[in-house]
Amino acid sequence: MQHLSIFPILIPLLFGAIMLLPPISRDINSQRIASVVGTLFLLISSAVLLYTVNSEGVQLYALGGWQAPFGIALVADKVSSLMVLLTAFLAFAVMLYAVAGQDKGGAYFHPLFMFQIMGINGAFLTGDIFNLFVFFEVLLIASYALLIHAGGKQKTQATMHYVILNLVGSSLFLFGLGILYGTLGTLNMADMAIKVGQLEGETATLAKTGALLLLVVFGLKAAMLPMHFWLPKTYASATAPVAALFAIMTKVGVYSIFRVYTVLFGEHAGELANIATPWLWPLALLTITIGAIGVFASPSIKTLSANLVIVSSGSLLACAAINSEEATSAALYYMVHSTLASAALFLIADIMARQRGKAEDRFVRSRPFVQPKLLGFAFAISALALVGMPPLSGFVGKIMILQATQSSTQTMWVWPLILLGSLAALITFSRAGTTLFWRHNGTAAAEAEPAKKLEIAGVALLLLASPVLVIFGGDMTTFTQQAASYLHDIHASAYQLLPGAAQ
Amino acid sequence: MEGLYAFCVGLLTACGIFLALRGRSFSVVIGLTLLSYAVNLFLFASGRLKLNAAAVLGESEQYSDPLPQALVLTAIVIGFAMTAFAVILAMRARADLGNDHVDGTLPVSPADTAQQSGGNRKCNT
Repeated sequence: MQHLSIFPILIPLLFGAIMLLPPISRDINSQRIASVVGTLFLLISSAVLLYTVNSEGVQLYALGGWQAPFGIALVADKVSSLMVLLTAFLAFAVMLYAVAGQDKGGAYFHPLFMFQIMGINGAFLTGDIFNLFVFFEVLLIASYALLIHAGGKQKTQATMHYVILNLVGSSLFLFGLGILYGTLGTLNMADMAIKVGQLEGETATLAKTGALLLLVVFGLKAAMLPMHFWLPKTYASATAPVAALFAIMTKVGVYSIFRVYTVLFGEHAGELANIATPWLWPLALLTITIGAIGVFASPSIKTLSANLVIVSSGSLLACAAINSEEATSAALYYMVHSTLASAALFLIADIMARQRGKAEDRFVRSRPFVQPKLLGFAFAISALALVGMPPLSGFVGKIMILQATQSSTQTMWVWPLILLGSLAALITFSRAGTTLFWRHNGTAAAEAEPAKKLEIAGVALLLLASPVLVIFGGDMTTFTQQAASYLHDIHASAYQLLPGAAQ
Repeated sequence: MEGLYAFCVGLLTACGIFLALRGRSFSVVIGLTLLSYAVNLFLFASGRLKLNAAAVLGESEQYSDPLPQALVLTAIVIGFAMTAFAVILAMRARADLGNDHVDGTLPVSPADTAQQSGGNRKCNT
């Protein structure tokens, strides 16, 4: 279908807009139905898009019929369609969880959720770097409002930091874009990839400044060290479905780093080849280290999962620093795994917190759970996946990253850090599990609410993804390898993405 | 002209960053606004500064690049929305947290023993 590539943006936009209109906007039940139906449609259309891209190749969609590089193009290749499908699946599972009652804390949860998905999908699909900025802003403004959903002092405080940081980030993004447009004269990513190689002398230095400014912005989104301080507090204070959806937000930053520094400033960029690599190496390794220390020091499950997000960001950035096809392929696999697994942990943490009274999700002696078997099972699966123990997907993902290191120096740095990070996670999870499930006093709280069926369904969907990723591991890695080789060899196909350009 | 323009952008950016680093949410919001003004001017200049060059065909002998102007329009709209949101959030934070510090708590310096109560601090002398 010709218009397939724009559906992942249009569906959430339409559903979000409809939910703001009178008949539905007053009734939370019809909003819930609309949201679930909307995310289901999104899931179906993204799956069809992935299937089409896999069988027919890259789908180029010229918005308004203006051909690239003059118009804005949406490029659905294997990488972006995989990320869109991941977003859709995450959104569907999280929405199932949210409609069970977490969406009542404030107004407009459902439209904002939809607009955020629209922004995320747009950022994945767009082939124009200014359009990437616009979609970043769409997803950001929705996330600002979602973050403060259900209110409270902690949320206001965290949102304040998050908003100010991201506003500064947006300004830097525009500065970077201005410099790149001034030197390259184009904003289409495929066109930029071709023109970057021709820069030399002063212009190249100027373009380098712009490109590294963009690295700061994407690093802020991806929680790269020194720009990671906002993340633990923000994610830990957000409402559970919001935090779970935010699990994909750092991945948007990592994805942009892959897009910009593998495709635009990759090996073919002449004087500017691989400019980000010397910065990415130390920062990625430090991010893993700080994340692992944070994991050790976490006093509650929500903080623990937020710190695990930092560790996974660090691992993905290390893949970007290795800058080879194997590493990119490993990163794509690990991205899918870590998004779903950490989202599941955020949701489980919320169910646990509601059953423990005042102790919430902190690691202290407290009342026993109302549903210890169910929660224990879910907690164990998500812990196994996040630590990276066989037989779940974390193990495969980490093995792929470890195998992707090329030289002995790389191995010497990456292996110990990733393995020690896993060890830190293992220790913290064992400590947490022991305290939460075995050390309690009194009886289950009378006011504790057991998890509802829809909530269990949402968590189960996310957890089920982990074994599925292992069972279909062969197909999955073949796909990520093809996607990675496409990303690294974009020069061969760049002109196909520019039907309007004279060759 | 270029020198003056560059100086203005630089000054706006410097003031914006200085204010954004302050502790009170009001000055931070003003700082972010200044920063977005600087960005808009900067984006405009990325299409090169030209005199007597309209972005419309047939109006002048040479043309200026219309794309940066479109980008600036987009950036202005987005920046405006974001500033509005930041202002509302700052007011909400002032109401929720009881003060207008960006961290939500007023920092206590060891030398300062005076009571901290917003703007109505009484003189103890």
